[in-house]
Amino acid sequence: MANTNLYHSLSLITPEIFLSVALVVLVLADLVLHKDKKLIPYIALLGIIGTGYLTISQFGMSGFAFQNSASMFSSYGMITVDSFGIFFKSIVLISSLLIILFSFQSEEIQKINDRIGEYYALIFGMILGMFFMISATDLILIYLSMELMSLSSYVLAGFTKLRDRNSEASLKYLLYGAVSSGLMLFGISLVYGLTGTTNLYIINSLIQGPQINLFTLAFACILIFAGIGYKISSAPFHFWTPDVYEGAPITITAFLSVASKAAGFALLIRFIKTTFVSYVDPNGWWHLINVFDWKTLIIAVSILTMTLGNFSALWQNNMKRMLAYSSIAHAGYLLLGLVVFSNQGLIAILIYFSVYLLMNLGAFLVVMLIANRIGSEDIDDYNGLGITSPFLSVSLAIFLISLTGLPPTAGFIGKLYLFIALVDAKMIAVAVIALLNTVVSLYYYIRVLKHLYLVKPVKEPVAITTSFSNTVLVSVLMLPVIFFGIYFEPLVNFAKSCLLILGL
Amino acid sequence: MLQVGLTHFLVVSAILFSLGIYGIVTRKNAVMVLMGIELVLNSANINFVAFAKYGNYGLGGQIIALFVIILAAAEAAIALAIVLNIYKTFANVNVDEIDKLKE
Repeated sequence: MANTNLYHSLSLITPEIFLSVALVVLVLADLVLHKDKKLIPYIALLGIIGTGYLTISQFGMSGFAFQNSASMFSSYGMITVDSFGIFFKSIVLISSLLIILFSFQSEEIQKINDRIGEYYALIFGMILGMFFMISATDLILIYLSMELMSLSSYVLAGFTKLRDRNSEASLKYLLYGAVSSGLMLFGISLVYGLTGTTNLYIINSLIQGPQINLFTLAFACILIFAGIGYKISSAPFHFWTPDVYEGAPITITAFLSVASKAAGFALLIRFIKTTFVSYVDPNGWWHLINVFDWKTLIIAVSILTMTLGNFSALWQNNMKRMLAYSSIAHAGYLLLGLVVFSNQGLIAILIYFSVYLLMNLGAFLVVMLIANRIGSEDIDDYNGLGITSPFLSVSLAIFLISLTGLPPTAGFIGKLYLFIALVDAKMIAVAVIALLNTVVSLYYYIRVLKHLYLVKPVKEPVAITTSFSNTVLVSVLMLPVIFFGIYFEPLVNFAKSCLLILGL
Repeated sequence: MLQVGLTHFLVVSAILFSLGIYGIVTRKNAVMVLMGIELVLNSANINFVAFAKYGNYGLGGQIIALFVIILAAAEAAIALAIVLNIYKTFANVNVDEIDKLKE
């Protein structure tokens, strides 16, 4: 009996097992191939593709892994496999695949070619942590997977060591990260004290009882939110974001801004849905257990996040720093999808994330290709590039317009569904604030276009030619941004099929 | 005769937690900030073990504390490596003097 249980659990985590094997293979390959490391990126690519195959073959599957057979709630496990988790795992995998392809093109990464094995091994450590974060339904597994991901990313943020700012980025990331994960652990210990368990499903049934001290629970919830809020770079915990995004190698910046945020959001949504929702009614509204007012907290945090993000972005002259503030603002918009507490809001988040993946990675890719050539990320150095390098400029323009959320790009669809969900939940005031924020964001995105096309350059701007592989890579990201902006039916249908969060 | 109970442990852990946060906020040296973080982690550990013992929750709390100790060691290893790297580039480890990225 116990054995079949174990086999069942292991069969549910095959993607994670494959990732761990790939991680070990990468470390060993780094040892064996110490003369010629050309093979290592391809091993990493194979690892991602294999994991992708195993993840997709899990589509439609759902179940609990690692159940505690001694407990009376033996049907609930530490890991939950469901379509919601598989959606976010696919987001993480697609962005990892693209990041590995970006690393082929990045000058920064080519300069550290002798340590390339460690680079990919650490990226795989991050992906493994994200996978467990996305499917964890046990507070301790949540903490462990967050640390697995964070520890790898602290090192990666300062990995290239080419400039002073690399090490500064990793120190700042480390200090903020360690503090917030410490706070989160203290919150977890309080929840453990209140309920005697760390399993989210059991906590859900226990906090409905009358003997729970609500003040302690609220304190614990805020501490745990501090830990997760740091990962998604939401407002009071966002201070690391601009510094780390500017200082880290650009491939890692792009990875942090998409994959690590996706994992953080998946964790936050699953944590709140499994722990604090008593039931979902047939119309898709989530009914919260009346122990802690998540709604007010998240509304306040999300408005603060997007306003701070958008207004700070106005003054930035460094593209990476500007995109960092823009990614803070996007975290604010995404939190609005959670705050309506309905299936419709969840669909909006899923659509927004698929679109955000394409447009944000695309923007970072173009910034990287320009930086490869002109060696700078300052917006002032972009003057006149629109005339000399039309392909990159046009694609950057499309990504930035999509980030603003204007039609006919996919960014518009993402924002549209988000606002529809807000209006349906009768949260008009919040929707208006979000809309005004979008107007503010238009200024700093369009300012880049002004520099590209209208500002007269002081000296003749360089013509940036793109190699064939770069053109393909940019197009792979750019064409879907336009395609999904016009024909978004498949995206919406896919999001609707990924709603299932197990439990309840 | 005073019995040591759950409250005593919780008070100790609350004091440790507050001291940790105080250290993180006030210290300028990165190593001292890291020590503050260790205090926060250990205050959570005391909570886990005390709750497990006095709440009769079984061995779960102790196991969790073991996990946290191991993680804290891993984190300290990485943190000190990063601080060493900072020392090589900036020749000091004061958090408020490392601000090349601020505009």
